[in-house]
Amino acid sequence: MEFKNPEQEIVRFQRRLAVASGFVLVIFILLFARFFWLQVVQYSYYQTRAEDNRISLVPITPNRGLILDRNGVVMARNYSAYTLEITPARAGDLETVIDGLSRVIEIQPRDRKRFKKLLEESKNFESLPIRTRLTDEEVAKFIAHRYRFPGVDIKARLFRQYPYNESASHLLGYIGRINDRDLDRIEEKDAEPNYRGTEHFGKTGLEQKYEFELHGQTGFEKVEVDAGGRAVRVLSRVPPVSGNNLTLTVDFKLQEVAERAFGDRRGALVAIDPASGGILALVSVPGYDPNMFVEGIDPQNWDALNNSPDKPMVNRALNGTYPPGSTFKPYMALAALEIGKRTPQQTIFDPGFYSFGGHVFRDDKKGGHGTVDMYQSIVQSCDTYYYMLANDLGIDNIASFMRQFGFGQRTGVDLEGESEGVLPSQEWKRKHFKKPEQQRWFAGETISIGIGQGYNAYTPIQMAQAVATLANNGVMYRPHIVKSIADAKTGVAVSIEPKPLRTIPLKPQDIETIKQAMIGVNREGTGARAFAGAEYVSAGKTGTAQVYSLKGEKYTEGHVAEHMRDHALFIAFAPAEQPRIALAVVVENGGFGATAAAPIARQVLDYYLLGKLPKAPPPEAAAEDEGD
Amino acid sequence: MFVRNLWQRLAAPIDPPLMTLATLLLSYALLVVSSASYDRIGAQLLNTLVALVVMRLVAQVPPQRLMYFALPVFVGGVLLLIAVALFGDISKGARRWLNLGFMRVQPSEIMKIAMPLMLAWYFQRHETFLRLREYVVAAILLLLPVVLIARQPDLGTALLVLAAGFYVIFLAGLSWKILIGLAVSAMAAAPLAWSMLHDYQRSRIMTLLDPEADPLGKGFHIIQSTIAIGSGGILGKGWGQGTQAQLEFIPERHTDFIFAVLSEEFGLLGNTLLLILYALLIGRGMMIAANAPTLFTRLLAGSITLIFFTYAFVNMGMVSGLLPVVGVPLPFISYGGTSLTTLFIGIGILMSIHKHRMLVQK
Repeated sequence: MEFKNPEQEIVRFQRRLAVASGFVLVIFILLFARFFWLQVVQYSYYQTRAEDNRISLVPITPNRGLILDRNGVVMARNYSAYTLEITPARAGDLETVIDGLSRVIEIQPRDRKRFKKLLEESKNFESLPIRTRLTDEEVAKFIAHRYRFPGVDIKARLFRQYPYNESASHLLGYIGRINDRDLDRIEEKDAEPNYRGTEHFGKTGLEQKYEFELHGQTGFEKVEVDAGGRAVRVLSRVPPVSGNNLTLTVDFKLQEVAERAFGDRRGALVAIDPASGGILALVSVPGYDPNMFVEGIDPQNWDALNNSPDKPMVNRALNGTYPPGSTFKPYMALAALEIGKRTPQQTIFDPGFYSFGGHVFRDDKKGGHGTVDMYQSIVQSCDTYYYMLANDLGIDNIASFMRQFGFGQRTGVDLEGESEGVLPSQEWKRKHFKKPEQQRWFAGETISIGIGQGYNAYTPIQMAQAVATLANNGVMYRPHIVKSIADAKTGVAVSIEPKPLRTIPLKPQDIETIKQAMIGVNREGTGARAFAGAEYVSAGKTGTAQVYSLKGEKYTEGHVAEHMRDHALFIAFAPAEQPRIALAVVVENGGFGATAAAPIARQVLDYYLLGKLPKAPPPEAAAEDEGD
Repeated sequence: MFVRNLWQRLAAPIDPPLMTLATLLLSYALLVVSSASYDRIGAQLLNTLVALVVMRLVAQVPPQRLMYFALPVFVGGVLLLIAVALFGDISKGARRWLNLGFMRVQPSEIMKIAMPLMLAWYFQRHETFLRLREYVVAAILLLLPVVLIARQPDLGTALLVLAAGFYVIFLAGLSWKILIGLAVSAMAAAPLAWSMLHDYQRSRIMTLLDPEADPLGKGFHIIQSTIAIGSGGILGKGWGQGTQAQLEFIPERHTDFIFAVLSEEFGLLGNTLLLILYALLIGRGMMIAANAPTLFTRLLAGSITLIFFTYAFVNMGMVSGLLPVVGVPLPFISYGGTSLTTLFIGIGILMSIHKHRMLVQK
């Protein structure tokens, strides 16, 4: 390499410096461009992201709407109470935490079990109650020890409460913690945003049917949070809007009277206002305490409810299907008049049995009722009259006439999961049975249909709707429970206007014939004893439905196991000239309709029409054979 | 009279333009640090004071004396690096610290100054006879500590030390042909280098390319700092008003990511002011280098100036999402005594070179 010239060296160095400075300049321009891009061009995007970062929306759960009876009696309400809740994700080993807590606050084994169940069902990050309804003393105790339990908090919450416990439990239903199936329903309704923060959902009854009315509008608190998610301050608040209040057509006092009238027997009663379809009472006994379900039922109680032979969880009014027995006869008689197979005056002779195809169908009364016209056939409940009539009408005539009254179809009442029942017909049999030899209808099967036996199976609410339609001269309403829905904020109540479903074309004189006969039942027939001394004119019909077929033997109540005894039924309406209430009663394995079911109807009608409360406990069924 | 004399003696080696720029940057730093971490303002004042004293001490050391230090400091530094590799403390998965019993030192920090000092000294010694051989030796001197630091692993510092040494070689006049050849072979070797990187280093680079791929994990820092910068807009949110900074969305907000705080609260205007201050400082450094009397002082002044630039660029580039995340503080602004002292040693050297530009000329 050549000898260096210092001057040349310096020039060369300065050239290198100049290149470096140029590089620096280019880089600084690049940096400036980057800042310009982020801070000017993309400003609004990053501004939004910064806001999203710092602002968190905290949902405020609205108060659930109340459920009131027609007179304003509160049947479902909310109350504020403290719960002790654990957030599993933050609490560490749960067993240890719960053991530690149990030294401060009483925690029962059932609380632990319930917590475990909730944990299995829970969505991951929520806090779950280990104890509900803490006393003030317990709250104070826990607060003193709080520092020892991270992830455990006292929360003040509104709880659902059903103040009358078992009363009207099937009607009201209950709410419980949201599960996956509920989430699907929420998704279907596109209601996820409104259910942020909501932990409960209507599971059965009105709570389920009107969930989206009762829930209300979730409010939000705009909270500034730091990177750790801790709230720093509240920026703004959108208050929640309480759920709508439901006012029912139900008269809760009447409901209670009806429930009490059953005593400890099982059964159902549905009372309807015939002029509107409004349900006045909907009873299914035994009931259950819906309060147990709100915070999750413990496995012990759950098993007890599910395994009870009394099946308290089944809503018999909607899901129990029973043969109507003799309560079917007035409709049969009406069909005969309408189709022209009988006149009211036409008589038959009843020897006490009816033979058809080599089979003998026995009448309830030994020796028979003798000469019987239509009026007497209903008042005395003569089976032979209806065996013959059924044969004369034929199964398809019976089915198409009965269908008009709603037998064998869901009534469309505003509760979920109603059963359909069975209205037998040739077509039904074809569809219902798989084997070809069973799909044929035998003429002999028609005979017992006439007295409400055989394949006949209807729900109490169908029976009530039918008798209400009869009372209302063929004008049929859809039974409904909610009368009006009141906006909790404005107080404006929207009434659900009853609209007639249809009017069955019936001749007024035919209706009058049947009604007169039903009045006769309560005056001089099978219902006379139960309605002795009533201060109003009522119409009714007793029924006794066979549960177990006794082959030719005489049925004696005392000799048959309780669960094989006949079901007792009664349908009625009153006052007969201007009906305000129509009802159907079923007492499971109650025996005779006249002695088991009719007295219940009497108490309900007395209370509803006269405001009379029953004095004595329900008269016990005297096992006296007076026909049904 | 006495006081005035004392002041004159104290101020004698100080270069007023550099001092002015340094003062402005330090004031800016106090402003930002007090917003990012108010509790640390006292400590930062103390750091600043220490750094200024060190600067003043260095400034009065004549460059000839500095040359004596070059070899011993460099050799000492390399020995310490070897000691770190053998006995160093592990912190955050890397072996970077050497525990001397009474204090812990990070020898790689020493190399930031020792490296240009050494190479400038080396080139000065061979001033009259710079052949390819001298450059090869210089390259070996450079790569030895760089490899040691990279293996700790501390790729960020290794690259900064590499840059510092490279500036000296570049300014010493390595021919363009070789420079271009090096650049081409570096690019060719890139896949090999990639395969030699640690997983966390690779993921940092991948994070740079696509931070949203893992927004709550590896991408979190860079996403949050970019949001902070962007949401600052033109005028910024105001001192103490940056939501990203104050609500702790920005990690390391008083140290490596302090630029995000500055950007968010003072906006594009504040960024531009910072860029101008840096540009002026670098410009002044370039002037000092251009006028320096000897090859040693020229190379030293030039490379120190370019180191300032490199730190500023790497930090701002990293925080704004242009470069991968490496642990480099924002020069003069980030909280922390070590880096501030290192920087002011550099300023002191620049001042010394400028003061003594006439004296050494023969």
